[in-house]
Amino acid sequence: MPVEYIPRTRELYSSYAPYRWVVNTDTPPWTPLRKPIAQSKLAVMTSGGILYRDQPRFHREDASYRLIPKNATPDDLSVWHFGYRTADAEADHNCVFPLARLRELEAEGAIGELADPAYSFMGGVYSARKVREELAPKIADDLKRAHADAFFLVPA
Amino acid sequence: MTSALDITQAVNPPRAVFVNFPLGHQTGKPHQPDLQRQIVRDALRAFETISEPGTIVELPYVWDAHDRQWEATDYTGEFLPPRPPKEDADQAEAMRRARFADANVK
Repeated sequence: MPVEYIPRTRELYSSYAPYRWVVNTDTPPWTPLRKPIAQSKLAVMTSGGILYRDQPRFHREDASYRLIPKNATPDDLSVWHFGYRTADAEADHNCVFPLARLRELEAEGAIGELADPAYSFMGGVYSARKVREELAPKIADDLKRAHADAFFLVPA
Repeated sequence: MTSALDITQAVNPPRAVFVNFPLGHQTGKPHQPDLQRQIVRDALRAFETISEPGTIVELPYVWDAHDRQWEATDYTGEFLPPRPPKEDADQAEAMRRARFADANVK
């Protein structure tokens, strides 16, 4: 049985006011994929709190995001996040930010083009409003400017 | 990509791929590039195969064949790492940034 995170979060954070989860009951918005992924420009974003080199770390309620060059090496990357156990992601960021795997798939032609840069934020933002009204529109603008065809989101 | 099925069902995104691993491993285990690549491949395939808005594709990968009980206790009790004192966190941050700032000069 998959973990039920909504009740467990309520217990884990029982000293806080109950979190108001986002519940969407309408049919989700739908954008058809215009061409196969092998011909598409794919952008990627992690919520795992990945940082590139000396980029400033995240803070609580931080709805900003960092731009990660697609050719970043493991030594370039670090992790700052308070909401999950980060040891494995620190040992190998591909657990939550599969940049090396995506570059390989691009090289073998399974992805048309991996967009540069990749994106990272820290998913411990309690305000869904901040994500909806601040983070999401900025990312959407970036993706339009980059002419990305598809957007691959990897939470942590 | 998701490892939190109930949260994703509530959010109801246009397309999702579920892998039943503990948080922090949505695209696989550390230093297992074949597994990571296969999960990413499966996720990308879902862009092309999902035609019904709100579909969540469930991948078959098993976190630990010898431990089918990890879900019973994960994300409970002492799950969250203790937060270091602010001074320690600030010092670690300053050292990290200084390390790269030096590297940038080279």
